[in-house]
Parts: sequence; structure tokens; C-alpha cells
Amino acid sequence: MIEEKFDAIVVGAGMAGNAAALTMAKRGMKVLQFERGEYPGSKNVQGAILYADMMEKLVPEFREEAPLERHLVEQRFWMMDDRSHVGMHYRSEDFNEERPNRYTIIRAQFDKWFSSKVREAGATVLCETTVTELARDERERIVGVRTDRRDGEIHADVVVLAEGVNGLLGTRAGLRARPTPDNVALAVKEMHFLPRETIEARFNLKGDEGVVIEAAGTISRGMTGMGFIYANKECISLGIGCLVADFQRTGQTPYVLLDQFKRHPSVAPLIAGSEVKEYSAHLIPEGGYKSIPQLYGEGWVVVGDAAQLNNAIHREGSNLAMTSGRIAAEAIGLLKSRGEPMSATNLSIYKKMLDDSFVIKDLKKYKDLPPLMHTQSQNFFLTYPQLISKAMQNFVRVDGTPKAEKEKATLKSFVKARSWTGLFGDACRFARAWR
Amino acid sequence: MNVEPRVRVEDKLYYNRYLVDVGHPHVKVRAHTTPSPQLLALLKACPARCYELNDDGQVEITVDGCIECGTCRVIAEPTGDIQWSHPRGGFGVLFKFG
Ligand SMILES: Cc1cc2nc3c(=O)[nH]c(=O)nc-3n(C[C@H](O)[C@H](O)[C@H](O)COP(=O)(O)OP(=O)(O)OC[C@H]3O[C@@H](n4cnc5c(N)ncnc54)[C@H](O)[C@@H]3O)c2cc1C
Ligand code: SF4
Repeated sequence: MIEEKFDAIVVGAGMAGNAAALTMAKRGMKVLQFERGEYPGSKNVQGAILYADMMEKLVPEFREEAPLERHLVEQRFWMMDDRSHVGMHYRSEDFNEERPNRYTIIRAQFDKWFSSKVREAGATVLCETTVTELARDERERIVGVRTDRRDGEIHADVVVLAEGVNGLLGTRAGLRARPTPDNVALAVKEMHFLPRETIEARFNLKGDEGVVIEAAGTISRGMTGMGFIYANKECISLGIGCLVADFQRTGQTPYVLLDQFKRHPSVAPLIAGSEVKEYSAHLIPEGGYKSIPQLYGEGWVVVGDAAQLNNAIHREGSNLAMTSGRIAAEAIGLLKSRGEPMSATNLSIYKKMLDDSFVIKDLKKYKDLPPLMHTQSQNFFLTYPQLISKAMQNFVRVDGTPKAEKEKATLKSFVKARSWTGLFGDACRFARAWR
Repeated sequence: MNVEPRVRVEDKLYYNRYLVDVGHPHVKVRAHTTPSPQLLALLKACPARCYELNDDGQVEITVDGCIECGTCRVIAEPTGDIQWSHPRGGFGVLFKFG
């Protein structure tokens, strides 16, 4: 039994929890953080792209210290059918800057480092400890936690729930609903090791330059989903994720999907001869703005993936997690400095501050996209990629057919597959949801 | 015709490190005679293939290879078909890279 009382307890040492714990500890608050893994990061899975701007706000000197892989100079988008991909590449020398904007990282290693900063700032971090329950007082306020390591309750003025997408504690305590199959995606991922020079040659990189590929199309077999290939220093992260509801509906198996992606003629040469060292899986919140739950209450706040703060369209999650963790901590720090209690009314400033940040603004902007993608998955992930591939092939193959005839054939194939009203409707719906 | 090689997930799980909490499975299947559609979906959806059909046609789980994604919980906890928790602190999968 831990007798002393803390200013704050943080559940989870992922991106959101570390941001919150660090911010509060730096303000001199007495912080206790729990992590169920052997070390911070040992349970966490990400692509992973780190967004420097949000990290800088927490640890300004992170570039010198953190285990970073490559800074990104190039982004590729691939629309794939079974034998081809149509790509858009953006590469710029501007990204070879003094303070690069995006990096690839390896989460298990990064989280360990991030946690060392939290400890340095003065927080107590207890690993190998699963928080099993939230403790309440007679007025139903959250006053602390119970864990599987010690008997009895550990008390704090406020509990920061940074427990990740599954959010078991919050759902068990009735603070929010369990994620549903149509607002989370299941991603499976492998780490492929290759000599550094091989990676640089295959991806056209020099030094610590990096590239990421985001892929969509028939690789998800008509499900709402995306594949990714990210270049690290000496390995390649490769994975694919689709909506859980789609896996449930179609009976597709995640590892077969991953294997098909790996054997695609555009992908196979990139990883040829590699040694696989890990296979992982994780959920990703995909419900967007409409799935955000209650963010605060009597004695608690929720941050990061547990609050569904994830921008699936832009593949941003860790930065929303970090930012929500930091903002929650700043709100708590503000109340603490004023000597005000951690009541729901007072903690509502966390939501106000979050509403004013890019986190909620971005999610609001795309609020209609997730449902559109989910209900139209056959069209967006199967039909269109096939049609576009056909159109490209018509465009580039030289076979003596007059160009006018080729264009007519392309147009006909689109109209046949989706009809004029279908095409027009899809374009309008997409434009409206994107706006 | 493109012949698909069989994918053995067991081989993939072999790369991973686990600390198995012997005798304390963190996911349990409710006893049943005929499996619900949700339980049957887990045979395919679980990325570690922890769920298998036994000879009597019931769904069983072996959690040793579980990668703790939570997919089965999202699908089959609402119907009461399974009970899902985190492993005890320190146990379960240990990602080196993640
Ligand atoms: C395949 C994949 C690729 C991704 N790619 C990107 C990307 O490129 N860029 C990006 O920005 N985002 C990406 N994301 C999203 C990003 O990983 C998440 O948004 C981010 O990790 C969320 O941080 P978090 O702190 O909220 O949750 P997590 O990082 O999941 O941390 C939660 C922590 O809480 C711990 N925990 C949970 N319950 C308990 C408990 N009861 N007791 C004790 N500890 C507990 C867990 O062990 C874990 O350490 C990706 C996600 C996936 C799955
Ligand atoms: S948590 Fe994921 S890996 Fe574990 S049994 Fe459930 S579906 Fe399978």
C-alpha cells in the first residue's frame, strides 16, 4: 500500500501518458505513472512517423538525444491493384533542413527514451504494473487507482487516463463506451532487417534521409484499409490495417493480407532478402470526431488514443496523443496553481483548450470522411484503384490504337463500373467530406 | 492461376518474445455448446490465431501467442462471449521494436 497522496496519477507510458507526466513533473507536481509493460514501449506499436513540432514542445532538444531513425525527405502514395501501382511521389531538398519536420522512429526504443525524460523531470514511474480499477469516493468521484502489484488504493487529486486505444479502465468504470468494430482498425506489422546500404540504394536515399510509402487499393480486398512501408536506418516497417468491422464481415485473415501485400510485385523487391525480427498487431482509432467520448469528469481526464484522438486520414496519432497529454497536464497545472479542486467543472478547461488546438480542429474538418470511407469501401478501395490502373495502362501502353479511342475506352470503363450518377455522387460526397 | 502459399502465423509468432503467465490466461471464452457468429469470426480475425475450433465444434482459446491487440474484445465482448483483460503487469508480449 502506498500511503502518500500524489498530485496526479498517470495510467500508461505511451506518447500521451509520457507527455502528460513530463509536463506535470516539470511544473513541480508530484506525479506517479503506471505502465503495464516490462519497460515503456514494450506494448506499443506504431508505423512510425514522429512529428517534430509536437515533440519539440515537450523536449526541445530531442533531436540530439532521442533514438531517431531517418528524417523524411520523401512521401509516396500508391494506389494499387493486384499487379500495378499508380504513384504520387513528393520529394524535396527542403526537407534536408537543420530541424527536420518528420522522422521515422521505432516505438519500443523511443518510448524508453521518452520515459527517461519523465523520470529526470521527477516523476515516479512504475513499470510491470497493470492498473486494474479506478477508485471512487462516496460521492462517486475518481480519487485514485488499484493495481495488480499492491493491495489497496493509491490516491491522487486527479487521474490522467492515457491507456491507449483499448481503454479498458475507462470503459469498465463507465466513463466511455468500448470501441466498436466500425471505429477501430486492426493493423498488423513486421520489421524487416536489411543492411543500411541496401535500404539506401533501394529507396534512393543518402545518409539519414528517409522515405515513407502509404498504399491503398486492392491490397485491402475491398475493406477500408491502408498499407504502409517506412524506411528506418537498418530495417523496414511494413504493415497493413483494415477496419475491424470489415475483417468481421469478410472473414479475411490479417496475416494473409499482410503476406499478399509483401508479395505484391511493387513491394517484394523492396524487402527481398530481409530478415524478419518481429510481428506485431495493434488497433488504431478510426472513428474520428464523432467518436470522441466525454474527455473529463470528477477527478479524471482522458487523453490520446483512449479518447479516439486520431486522424486516420493523415495518419496522425502520436502527435495528437502528445498534444492532448500536454494540454491536459497544463490544464491540471493551472488548477493546481490556483488551488482549485479537480472537479468536472474545473477540468472542463482541458476540453476548451483542446478545442482551440489543431487536435479537435483537424478532427472536426474530416468528421464526415470516416463514415463515407466505411460505407463506400468497395468503391474507394477496390473499384477505383482497378479503374485508375486500367486508365494509366491505356495511357502509357503504345500499341497502335488511336489515342481518342483509348480515352473513350477509359471513360467507358469508369461509367460501366460506377455509372455517371455514381461517379458524380462519389466526387461530390468526397469533396464535401474533405472540405 | 496464382497459387497462394499457406501462411503460417505460428512462424511469425516465433519471432516475438513473450513472458507467459502460466495458469492465468488474460482472455477467456464463455462455455458454450454452439458458437455465436461473433466467436466464429475470431477464428479468422485474431492476428495471432489464438482461437481454434475443437473436435466438438466449440471455440477455444490459447493465449500464449496473443499480441494483445484487443480485436477479439471489440468483436466478442459485447455479446458476453469472451472476457478480456490485460495480462498481469510485466507478462504477455514484449515488443523489442513495436
Ligand atoms: C500500425 C500503426 C501505425 C501508426 N502509425 C503512426 C504514425 O506513423 N504516426 C503517428 O503519429 N501515429 C501513428 N499511429 C498511431 C499512434 O501509434 C497512436 O496514436 C499513439 O501511440 C497513441 O498514444 P497513446 O499514448 O494514446 O497510446 P499508447 O501509445 O497505446 O500507450 C498506452 C500505454 O498505456 C499502457 N496501459 C494501458 N492500459 C494500462 C493499464 N491498465 N495499466 C498500466 N498501463 C496501461 C500501455 O501498455 C501503453 O504503454 C500508428 C498506430 C499503429 C497501430
Ligand atoms: S487480443 Fe488480439 S491477439 Fe490476443 S487473442 Fe484477442 S485478437 Fe488475438
